[in-house]
Amino acid sequence: MIVADKKPIEEIIEVIGNHERVLIAGCNECVTVCESGGKKEVGVLASALRMYFLNNGRDVKIDEVTLERQCDHEYLEEIRERVDSYDAILSLACGVGVQFMAEKYTATPCYPGVNTCFLGATEERGVWTERCQACGSCILAVTGGICPVSRCAKRVLNGPCGGSTAGRCEISKETDCAWQLIVDRLKALGRMDDYETLADIKDWSTDRAGGPRKVVREDLRE
Amino acid sequence: MRLAYPPNIRIVRVPCTGKVDLLHIMRAFEKGADGVMVVGCLEGDCHYSQGNFRARKRVAQAQQLLDSVSIGGQRAQMFNLSSGEGPLFAQFAKEMTAKIIDMGPNPIKVDRDAA
Repeated sequence: MIVADKKPIEEIIEVIGNHERVLIAGCNECVTVCESGGKKEVGVLASALRMYFLNNGRDVKIDEVTLERQCDHEYLEEIRERVDSYDAILSLACGVGVQFMAEKYTATPCYPGVNTCFLGATEERGVWTERCQACGSCILAVTGGICPVSRCAKRVLNGPCGGSTAGRCEISKETDCAWQLIVDRLKALGRMDDYETLADIKDWSTDRAGGPRKVVREDLRE
Repeated sequence: MRLAYPPNIRIVRVPCTGKVDLLHIMRAFEKGADGVMVVGCLEGDCHYSQGNFRARKRVAQAQQLLDSVSIGGQRAQMFNLSSGEGPLFAQFAKEMTAKIIDMGPNPIKVDRDAA
């Protein structure tokens, strides 16, 4: 999922402070799972903001809505009828949702309420770690299901660099060396031949190096 | 026991303090509560194992949020006692009431009444 973290409320107040009718829009997908932008977080933030503005003598209308997703037209359309009654939208969706919202409702400024961090997994409640950088050309088949692109600081593709010590990365003693994990895993699978095979030069054009990306599926297009 | 405690406390019963959400605490203040005391079982004695620890974390979250919007984090407090400690409940209630009286009314209520 896309992992996001809450923005400090002080930053949010500064951004929406000049508006008088604000719609806080949550998203029922990834940001709900990582507890940064779901219905509950919308409710808590809206409550805190209403109290803040009332406490500062400001009559600011703060309303709440949580959409199924903010990265699909059909769900964003659900607020079309009411969006004109607000002078700002605070989206607690990931950066994708914020942008899609802003593209659809061009007359109303849309601000981000969370910091979108990475594609990751829930290690335990309250701990999320990165697992994928969406490089567009997956090599997990030959790396024992462990991604050196997202989990190695240098994104090296043919074994560890000289900074790997006792299974840890030189950037932090808390960070596993991805290649140590890969070697351990391949050994356990009895597939060290995969490790010995030199990886081809990776085509980074499918990563960010090729600019903004697009997937077109003609078989699905209408 | 017929113990007396301040009559301005409204009891909201929950099956376990683990049921108390941050949103419940925030909404209580938004609706004008001057303080919220979350009273759970003794730590280590939770029937659901972690309910009161979860509640303590949520009270801490509420305190931080209430401080950041200038309502006063100390208006939300967590207490622990066993169900057999009626006198202690009365004591906590008195302490909390004294603390809130000292802090004054919820500023939201003051602003709302003035409007």
